[in-house]
Amino acid sequence: MSIDRRTFLFTGAAGLAAAAVRPLQGLAGDPVLGPADLPGGALESSSLEALSGKVPLIKKTWRPPNFETPVSYFDQAFTPNDAFFVRYHVADIPEILPQDWRLRIGGEGLDKPFELTLAQLRSEFEAVEVNALCQCSGNRRGLSRPHVPGVQWGYGAMGNARWKGVRLKDVLARGGIRKEAMEIVCDGADAGVLAKTPDFVKSIPVWKAMEDHVLLAYEMNGEALPHWNGYPVRLVVAGWTATYWIKHVTAIDAVTQPFKGFWMAPAYRIPKGKFPVVDRFLTQETDTSTPITEMVVNSLITNLHQGQRFAANQTVEVRGVAWDGGFGIATVEVTQDGGRSWRLAHLGPDLGRFSWRQWRYLMPAARPGAYAVMAKAINRIGASQTFELNFNPAGYHNNVMQRIDIQVG
Amino acid sequence: MNRTVLLVLLLAAPALADESRFALKDGEGKQLVEGNCVMCHSLDYIPMNSVFLDRKGWEASVSKMVKVMGAPIGEQDAAAIVDYLATNYGK
Repeated sequence: MSIDRRTFLFTGAAGLAAAAVRPLQGLAGDPVLGPADLPGGALESSSLEALSGKVPLIKKTWRPPNFETPVSYFDQAFTPNDAFFVRYHVADIPEILPQDWRLRIGGEGLDKPFELTLAQLRSEFEAVEVNALCQCSGNRRGLSRPHVPGVQWGYGAMGNARWKGVRLKDVLARGGIRKEAMEIVCDGADAGVLAKTPDFVKSIPVWKAMEDHVLLAYEMNGEALPHWNGYPVRLVVAGWTATYWIKHVTAIDAVTQPFKGFWMAPAYRIPKGKFPVVDRFLTQETDTSTPITEMVVNSLITNLHQGQRFAANQTVEVRGVAWDGGFGIATVEVTQDGGRSWRLAHLGPDLGRFSWRQWRYLMPAARPGAYAVMAKAINRIGASQTFELNFNPAGYHNNVMQRIDIQVG
Repeated sequence: MNRTVLLVLLLAAPALADESRFALKDGEGKQLVEGNCVMCHSLDYIPMNSVFLDRKGWEASVSKMVKVMGAPIGEQDAAAIVDYLATNYGK
């Protein structure tokens, strides 16, 4: 790490002198902790730290624990469990013993409330798997201009995993879901330190809960979920942002009225009509705002960092990942001149429409000089990343094309 | 309330050892901030959100902690906390 940082500082300074396109931004940034676009205090107060069972991750806050995955871990199809990001809203996070865990399923929208043990959940319902990206709604919030309060995430509040579990709809079917059921409310074992702190509880529309790829997951990448990622069971709402992926699930209720709770409103809202999203959560909409739903199309360069230096007369491989809310990635284009010309990247294997898609581009780099590398993903319904930030007060859905300035020669 | 807080602090002892490696800037009101805010979260939340909030921004944050999150902080202490944050971590 220290070598990386020295190299980085050196090349950053060299790059600045040669910068033709625009001044480099990387001088005060860090190739691991995050770009200089983060608030200064966020960069300064972050450090690489290891939670129990985790490799060192970017510590944003200790308690509640918010730890970001360094970008280098995204240079592979699946994000290792011990490097998977950690995000909590409340600080009382019990460690759950498998024999003690119970899932309560009820609510006025269900005919017969019931309970499940972990053994029952695993043995009495069909096991299914889905490859899906879990991305925090506020991933990249720290890059928002102007800056907005909240966890100042860089690029790493996300991870791609193979989730195994049972369909939520199969579990609900056992209790007999009524036709007047409107939303499915999900609560986890975590709680606030103070009794008055709003518990982190989320709802999803019944139509979403009935989809095949909404799971109560007990495995991640072939292993039990890490404690910090929701052991023993978490909700997987493939395609939607991670705010709905309740960890340590303990209660599921089918309700016949819109669920009211701080974390549904005013939290996790986007201005109505601001983003080109397709899924709408109508029972929670107001005149001006709507709950965040599926992820917007986005991409990330995973093998280069700001100010990196390469020898001339070679090709530079640019690698990355691209994703959206489940329509699937159609193309990824790469520019080396700050957006004047674009070339198609080669897409890696399709791991399913909820997984991210790896891509790579062999960039001709014969000419010495500064290269402004950017990537742009377009999905199968024609949505594209944006050049300019679509500003919103909570810093959600940041899919501005990332830009990395490198130096050749 | 105090007993709950104490219990949680005891349970969270290893994490607290880590988070206590971080220190806020010295300034008037620092002890009030340390005494109140750590009930629910580590103090690194403060520098992380700097420097970009003005006094109004810090007022809104403290108000949210009291009114929404239920922090048992009186008006006078809340005002002193805002003063500290605006002076030391405000723009």
